[in-house]
Amino acid sequence: MSATTPNASPLTKLRALTGPRRILIHTLLIGVAIVMLYPLLWMLSSSLKPDTEIFTHPGLIPNALNPANYSEGWSGSGNSFSLYITNSLIVSIGAVVGNVISCSLAAYAFARFEFRGKKIWFGVMLGTLMLPMQATLIPQYTIFYNLTWINTFMPLIVPKFLATDAFFIFLMVQFIRSIPRELDQAAMMDGANPLQIYWKIILPLMRPALITTTIFTFIWTYDDFLSQLVYLQQNARFTVPLGLTLFLDKTSGSSYGAMFAMSTLALLPTLICFLIFQKRLVEGLATSGMKG
Amino acid sequence: MTTAQTDEVVKEPPAAATPSDERERERMRRRLARKRGGGWWPYVFLAPWFVGLFGLTIYPMLDSLYLSFTKFDLLTSPEWIGGDNYDRMFTDDPVFWDSVHATLLYVVVSVPLKLALALGVAILLNRPLRGIGLYRAAFYLPSLLGGAVAVAIVWRQVFGGDGLFNDVLGWFGITGQDWISSPDTALYTLVLLAVWQFGTPMVIFLAGLKQLPKDVYEAAAIDGASPVTRFFKITLPLLTPIVFFNVVLQIIDAFKTFTPAFVVSNGTGGPLNSTMLYSLYLYKKGFTDLQMGYASALAWVLFLVIAGFTAVNFVASRYWVHYDD
Repeated sequence: MSATTPNASPLTKLRALTGPRRILIHTLLIGVAIVMLYPLLWMLSSSLKPDTEIFTHPGLIPNALNPANYSEGWSGSGNSFSLYITNSLIVSIGAVVGNVISCSLAAYAFARFEFRGKKIWFGVMLGTLMLPMQATLIPQYTIFYNLTWINTFMPLIVPKFLATDAFFIFLMVQFIRSIPRELDQAAMMDGANPLQIYWKIILPLMRPALITTTIFTFIWTYDDFLSQLVYLQQNARFTVPLGLTLFLDKTSGSSYGAMFAMSTLALLPTLICFLIFQKRLVEGLATSGMKG
Repeated sequence: MTTAQTDEVVKEPPAAATPSDERERERMRRRLARKRGGGWWPYVFLAPWFVGLFGLTIYPMLDSLYLSFTKFDLLTSPEWIGGDNYDRMFTDDPVFWDSVHATLLYVVVSVPLKLALALGVAILLNRPLRGIGLYRAAFYLPSLLGGAVAVAIVWRQVFGGDGLFNDVLGWFGITGQDWISSPDTALYTLVLLAVWQFGTPMVIFLAGLKQLPKDVYEAAAIDGASPVTRFFKITLPLLTPIVFFNVVLQIIDAFKTFTPAFVVSNGTGGPLNSTMLYSLYLYKKGFTDLQMGYASALAWVLFLVIAGFTAVNFVASRYWVHYDD
C-alpha cells in the first residue's frame, strides 16, 4: 500500500482520499467491523459471566468474573471435553496428512504428465468440486457400514487419503504449473525418476500450497459437523462439534455459561490458526479463487 | 509422440557445440519427450484419486440412483419400489415442500445480500487505507468460523428471547421477540448468519478489483466520470467474471447449508418447519427415520437442482459476463 505519490496524475486525484472522505470510510469500516466481531465478543464475555448475569446484564464487561464456567463445561457433558478435543485432533490431523499426500500426488500427475484422457479426467476432477456431499452421503454410509467402520474415525480419515477434496488438487495443480519445468528436467537428466522428482523437487517447492492445504483441511475437518454427526454415534468417539451439541439437549437454562465457555474453547484452534496464518489464508483464497 | 520428437530435433538450432555434445543433448531431449508421456507413471500418482473417484464418488452416485427406487432401511436389503419415492416426494409429502420453500427462500435472500455486502466492502477496502489488514481480518474471521457448531450455538442465543439482538433493539426503544421460535423470523436469523459470513466472496472480489486495469480509470477520471458512473460503467462490467464465480459458488454453498439449521432448531427444523433446510430434511429422513431409499431420492433431486442452477448460471452468463479475451 503505497502512500500518496508526489507526481499528480489524474489517478492520484482519483485515489487520494481527502480528510472528510477518509474519515467517512474509516467510520463505515469500523462500524461494520464492530458488527462482525460483536457476537464473538459477546460469546467470550458471556462465557465469563455467572449464569444469572448473562441475560440480565447485556454489557460486554462482566460485573464479576466466573471462570468456573470453564471447569464446569470441561467436565460437564457426558465425557470430559478433553476427550472430544483429542478425538477432533485425531480426525483433523489424519485428514491433513491424507489430503497433503494424496492431493499432491494427483496434482503432480495432472500438472506434469501427458497421458491419454488427461483432459477428460481433469474435467471430471473439476466436476466433483461441484458435487454436494449430500449426493453421495447415503451410499458412502452403507459402504462404511458394511465395512463396520461406523463409530470409528475411518470414514472421516480414509477418504482424505483418496484425494476426495478436489479443491486442493486444483489448487496444487495451479501451483505446480508455476514451478519451472527446467528444474524437473535437470533432475531427470541426472537420472531421477518421477517419484524422486516429486519427492525432492516438487514437494519442497510447493510448500506454500501445502501449508494452505494443511490449514484449510484442518479447519474444515475440525468444523465439519454433518459427517461427524452421521458417522460417530457413541459418546466416547464424539468430537468437539458433537460434544457441543450435547449442551443444547439440556433444557434447563442453568448451564448457559458453561455452554458459552466450551463454545469459546471450541473456536480456539480455528482462531489460533487464523491469527498465525491470517495473511496466507486470505491471499491463498484470493489467488485460488481468481484462477477459477 | 514420434512427431513431437522429430519436431524437437528439427527445431534444434545449429549450435556451435561439438558433435558429441550435440548428440548427447539430442539423446536427452528424446528421453525427456518420452518421460513427459510418462508411460504408466501418471497412473501411479493418480492411483489414490482413481480409487476415491470410483469407490467414493461414481459408484456411490450410481448406487444412490438405484437406492432412490427402493425402500431401504439399511438393516434389510433394498426392496425395489419403482418411482414411488419420487411420487411420494412430489405428491404426498408436505414436509418436502416445506423444505423446498425454506431452502429456496434462504438461497434467494441470502446470496444476493451476501454478495452485495461483500462487493461493497471490497470496494471500500480497495484503497490505500491505514489498517487495511485489520479490517480484512475482522471481516474474514466470521467466514472462517462459518460452519462451526459453536457459532451456530451463539447465533441461537443472540436471537433468542433475551439474547443480544433484543438488547440492541432495546437501545432504540424497540421491544423484540423471540426470533428463533417465531416461524416468520427463524429462517431470517439463518439468512443473517449467512450474510454475516461474507468474507470469502469479499476476499475474492478484492483480488479481482486489484487486477482491474488502472489506465481505464485514469481515462474515465479525465473525462470527469463520477464515482457512481465509474462503478456501473467500468468496475462492474470488468468484474463480471468474478461476480459470476462468486454467484455460482455461493448458490451451491447455500443449497448445502446444514449445520446452522440443525443447531438453531435443535435438529427439528422448526418452528413449523420454517428452518427445515433441504439438507437437514435429507439427514432426518436418512439417519433419523432410516428411510435411506427415500433420502437417496431426495439426494438425487438436490444434486439435479444444484446442477440445474449451475447450468442455468453458465448459460445466462453468456449474456452478462464479459471476458476480455
